Amino acid sequence: MPELSVIEAVRETMRSEMRRDSSIILMGEDVGHRGGVFLASDGFVDEFGEDRVIDTPLAESSICGVALGAAVNGMRPIAEIQFADFVWPAINQLVGEAARVRYGTNGVKTAPMTVRVPYGGGVRGGLYHSQSIEVLFAHTPGLSVVAPATPYDAKGLLTTALRSNDPVIVLEHKRTYRLAKGEVPEEEYSIPIGQAEVKREGSDISLVTYGLMLHYSLQAAEMAVGQGIDVEVVDLRTLRPIDAKTIIESVSKTGKALIVQEDTTAISVSSEVAAIIGENCFFDLDGPITRLGPPEIPPMPFSPVQEAAFMPSPEKIFDAIVRLAAI
Amino acid sequence: MSTTSKQSNNLAPAISNERLVELYETMVLSRYLDQRVWLLNRQGKAAIAASAQGHEATQVACIEATDPSKDHYLIYYRQFTAMLALGTEPEELLRGFLAKADDPMSAARQFPLHGAHPRVDLFNFSNVIATQLPQAAGVALADKLNKRDAVTVVFFGDGASSQGDTHEAMNFAAVHKLPVIFFCENNRYAISVPMEKQMGIESLSSRAAAYGFPGVQIDGTDVSAVHEAMTAAVERARNGEGPTLIEVMVERLLPHTTDDDHTRYRSSEDIEQMNDRDPVKIMSEKLIEHGLISKEQDEAIHASAQQRVNQATDAVEAEPYPEADLMYLHVTEGSGEVK
Repeated sequence: MPELSVIEAVRETMRSEMRRDSSIILMGEDVGHRGGVFLASDGFVDEFGEDRVIDTPLAESSICGVALGAAVNGMRPIAEIQFADFVWPAINQLVGEAARVRYGTNGVKTAPMTVRVPYGGGVRGGLYHSQSIEVLFAHTPGLSVVAPATPYDAKGLLTTALRSNDPVIVLEHKRTYRLAKGEVPEEEYSIPIGQAEVKREGSDISLVTYGLMLHYSLQAAEMAVGQGIDVEVVDLRTLRPIDAKTIIESVSKTGKALIVQEDTTAISVSSEVAAIIGENCFFDLDGPITRLGPPEIPPMPFSPVQEAAFMPSPEKIFDAIVRLAAI
Repeated sequence: MSTTSKQSNNLAPAISNERLVELYETMVLSRYLDQRVWLLNRQGKAAIAASAQGHEATQVACIEATDPSKDHYLIYYRQFTAMLALGTEPEELLRGFLAKADDPMSAARQFPLHGAHPRVDLFNFSNVIATQLPQAAGVALADKLNKRDAVTVVFFGDGASSQGDTHEAMNFAAVHKLPVIFFCENNRYAISVPMEKQMGIESLSSRAAAYGFPGVQIDGTDVSAVHEAMTAAVERARNGEGPTLIEVMVERLLPHTTDDDHTRYRSSEDIEQMNDRDPVKIMSEKLIEHGLISKEQDEAIHASAQQRVNQATDAVEAEPYPEADLMYLHVTEGSGEVK
């Protein structure tokens, strides 16, 4: 089984799906001969041609609006947003329009489109190349939002997105693109939307997380072994709909919940996870539902010192685990 | 603005006399239905309505130049007449306005005229102005990639011309020479904001040059002129030559919606003058003057439309509202269905 990075898994999945299904087109800024700024579509224009790999004008609203129109008329477009920080001009076409096509037409029209959004920080991206933008999408009925953290999950969830008959936002953490490597089967497989996965089994604390923070959390969990603390790590993988069942099962077992995220915590994914735990696991809890995230400042400073201070790290997560375990 | 030739007895050389009378009948039906909807609003039965009164001629002429069996139509909230011209029944429109269960466009989830029609490819996803323009470019892109012989017509108003989506859509469509027609019904008001506060130019159609495709401004009360411009645009689109911007100058004879009062912002002279450009009146006079119908036939057309609207209103008013539980359906594939 070949070992791939996340970006390689994304590329190979798009490539094999585009070979399989001629209705899939890729459109975005610099996706053609440049191959995308992260090289997600490296070589695609040579294989699939300029009709299916479309270098768009620098205009995010129309990238998503045109993709939506094409989706409504029989295509399965992939709209690539170059950096999540640039997605805001397209929010109306996604949250206001695509998410409501099926609903607002009583099922007469559907919008089978995938929006790939590289997001997240820790890459010296400063205020406009580091943002976590998941909350607005994850809040929106009609959208599915996935955030794979590993190459295996990237392939499985992107495959599902590309075969879905509804719009799916695929959040790809930029820092994981080349950092996270793992074995990826060459054959086709898909991972259902809405399924979290226990990435590490444990008995003392349930650590619920997603994205880059999965990798930092797994490191922190290994560090905690030395303290005699056995951490279970739950990777959400899908942010809408959130897999409440897996979270509830884990927290009911361990009695303690730590939610770790890179996004600022106020009104966020961790708020929702905390509410799910509070509503369903109240009598099983042995300690307060605990959240670890960055400070409430605009994410995130360009200064390497401040960026490091902003980002949760394996060490900070380890400290939070130790504090919660001591309660 | 071009005007219709008066030398010929034929009002619209490209449209047969019989067909021209049929188009007029659709305009009259639209007018009566439109008036009825306003009445239903005043009776507290229709929550909201936007009117097409003043836009009737331009809409029938526009649709007449297309092929509803294969073309696509992205409308906004004022394409009342266009919908009738595309074969939508008065009952279907009324179901939308009265939020009845069998509203074909959205099953009463959306404002009237929003949603998608199951028979013709006519849709309107939202109330947010100009979002339909990039979508129209996408619809046309799919046709171009699949080498389908279809044209996409996207309707918008002068208000929408200020939105960034309008610019992005026209630019994208120009780059890819897409078979899309940007059909702007310019009634000179974005709710209350007049043209001179919306733009620094005399004619929106002049913007087309900046994108690299033709733009024309037409008198929207003139069926023949609109039809001729649309025919040229459709031919251009079908030949793979790319988009056209058509700006039709029309009057909005009623306030923006049933919730608006245009006497707050339109001068009495403006309101008085606009009635001289009532397309139903103009068309009636022309048809009689050119001998296509008699005064008596015109009266019969009006009576028939009124009767059709009465009949539709009675039928639809008696229909049920959708069950509350139906609101769970169609959020995503399979959602809300009883397992």
